Amino acid sequence: MIPVLANTVLADDPLLSGHIDFGVLAIVLVKAGITLGITLLATMLMIWFERKVISDLQNRIGPNRAGPFGILQTLADGLKVLLKEDLIPDQSDKWVFRLAPILTMVPAFIVFGLIPLGGDFRDGNAGVVHIFGHDTTLQLADPGAGVLVILAMSSIAVYGVMLAGWSSGSKYPLLGSVRASAQMVSYEAALGLAVLAVVLTAGTLSVNGIVASQSTWGWNLWVTGLIPFVIFCLAATAELNRPPFDLVEAEQELVGSFQTEYSGFRFAIFYLAEFLNAITMAAIIVTLFLGGPNGPTPDVGPGWAWGFVWFFIKIVAILYVFVWTRASVPRVRYDQLMDLGWKLLIPAGLGWLLLLVALRVADAEGWGFAGMLATIAVGVTLALACGSVLVLANRIGRRNRQLEGVID
Amino acid sequence: METIVFVVGALVCLVGAAGVIGFRNPVHSALSLVGTLFGIAILFIALDAEFLAAVQIIVYAGAIVVMFLFVIMLLGVDQEDDIRLDPLKGQRTAAIVAGVLLFAGLAAIVVLGAVTGEHAANAEVQPLVPNVEQLARSLFTDYLFAFEITSVLLVIAVVGAVSLARHRKEAFIDELPHDELPPVVAPDVELEAVSSDEVAS
Repeated sequence: MIPVLANTVLADDPLLSGHIDFGVLAIVLVKAGITLGITLLATMLMIWFERKVISDLQNRIGPNRAGPFGILQTLADGLKVLLKEDLIPDQSDKWVFRLAPILTMVPAFIVFGLIPLGGDFRDGNAGVVHIFGHDTTLQLADPGAGVLVILAMSSIAVYGVMLAGWSSGSKYPLLGSVRASAQMVSYEAALGLAVLAVVLTAGTLSVNGIVASQSTWGWNLWVTGLIPFVIFCLAATAELNRPPFDLVEAEQELVGSFQTEYSGFRFAIFYLAEFLNAITMAAIIVTLFLGGPNGPTPDVGPGWAWGFVWFFIKIVAILYVFVWTRASVPRVRYDQLMDLGWKLLIPAGLGWLLLLVALRVADAEGWGFAGMLATIAVGVTLALACGSVLVLANRIGRRNRQLEGVID
Repeated sequence: METIVFVVGALVCLVGAAGVIGFRNPVHSALSLVGTLFGIAILFIALDAEFLAAVQIIVYAGAIVVMFLFVIMLLGVDQEDDIRLDPLKGQRTAAIVAGVLLFAGLAAIVVLGAVTGEHAANAEVQPLVPNVEQLARSLFTDYLFAFEITSVLLVIAVVGAVSLARHRKEAFIDELPHDELPPVVAPDVELEAVSSDEVAS
């Protein structure tokens, strides 16, 4: 049983392919502990980072009392919120009400366990480091269906918000959670199509394999041709319910949305989960498109430590862009959100995927440079034709709805 | 090891399944269903089918049950239904007969069959070839026709559901008096489930 499992399910981790003794078990436990610690610490710092950056962008000072530069503000807030009364509304569904905050945290933690946080991926060295007489990767687990597990967790993440809204037993949370579930399910398709482009170029589902295939400069950002990256970033913002797609928390319309009835520490969990999810999504973007821990490695210190440095720099850059977007772009309307997802991102993702497939076929059949150009020309022509048909269909649909008096 | 994983997975499945039929609140039932689906995913992983496990969670737990919950929330059917009402005549008798037959069949297999421990001849275990590769190879070579036909079937279902759900109405829905509101048609549910299924697969 164990060797078979080690070969397929835990595909690339050399730690688990041999005999499993207490040393191996200890390393796995230590890795799990470190991952959890990093996640919690990163969430704390992310809250501070977002508040500080957004106050800079809005010409304010932001938190500056607790600790140097206000860096301990989150800790202070956490202590305060712990001492608050924990209310459970009378009309609520008690069990689900308690369960929902936990469900928003767990998927993000699991996803973080699948991300290679460091390691040296040069020369076919799949981020393996040697510690205590064992070879291992700087990644908690690397299941063979890695990227699919990430997608599965992002599709599970909708439960937390949805159930929180429903179980509160009040109107605005329910409206918020219905919005949330519609939005998150809609954008999952676009997210999946963008991931598919990455999987196609990498030729593997394993997260470690995808990072290794981008070593050192073959980042999917340009290898897949930018479009999947843009689609993924937009869909990720919508999945995270971050501005400009934060209709779930549109406070002018929905009070506090799904978290209206939550108070005390349960509210704090939602608050933490929001930032934790942002970090995890940024980590996924870095892993899938920006080469993960790949980067120029000078001959100073161990190679895997540079992996940590590059991963950190990239993730901070992505998070900065998240905050920047929040500060500069106003919230979209709900129909605009749905139109963007269904009528633009999904068709564009599908078309681009087909184009990539065509190029791969041209490459595999050995049609040469001229053949490649011809494939691109045919592909783009077809895409334009399909796009025009789609635009036309949208116009006709709109006119029909106007005739029926559904819209103005 | 294998036994422990199986027992845990099977327990999760059974407890979830009991919850699905046991709870009075439809949302609790749907959540129990998620538990069952996770249990099945555990069993898939124990069988070395990690691709199926991931897809099981994406499609069923992530899309279909979310749609169930969505419909339950949107229609607000969190009140208990009257259990004595039987909307389909004879459905209970049919269900009991089918259940008894199914249980008898399973029991017969357990009692009469012998566990040999041999691998199935038509589902070859190739530990060194990744799951996805094995599946893709058989889907896109030997079973290509069946695969394509299935996708056509799904498209037909989506188009059919859309055309059934669309009905031309003359007035805004909130201008109609309450008793003239168009009925909520069941195909809506089908549409969401099928389309998300297709997208995820």
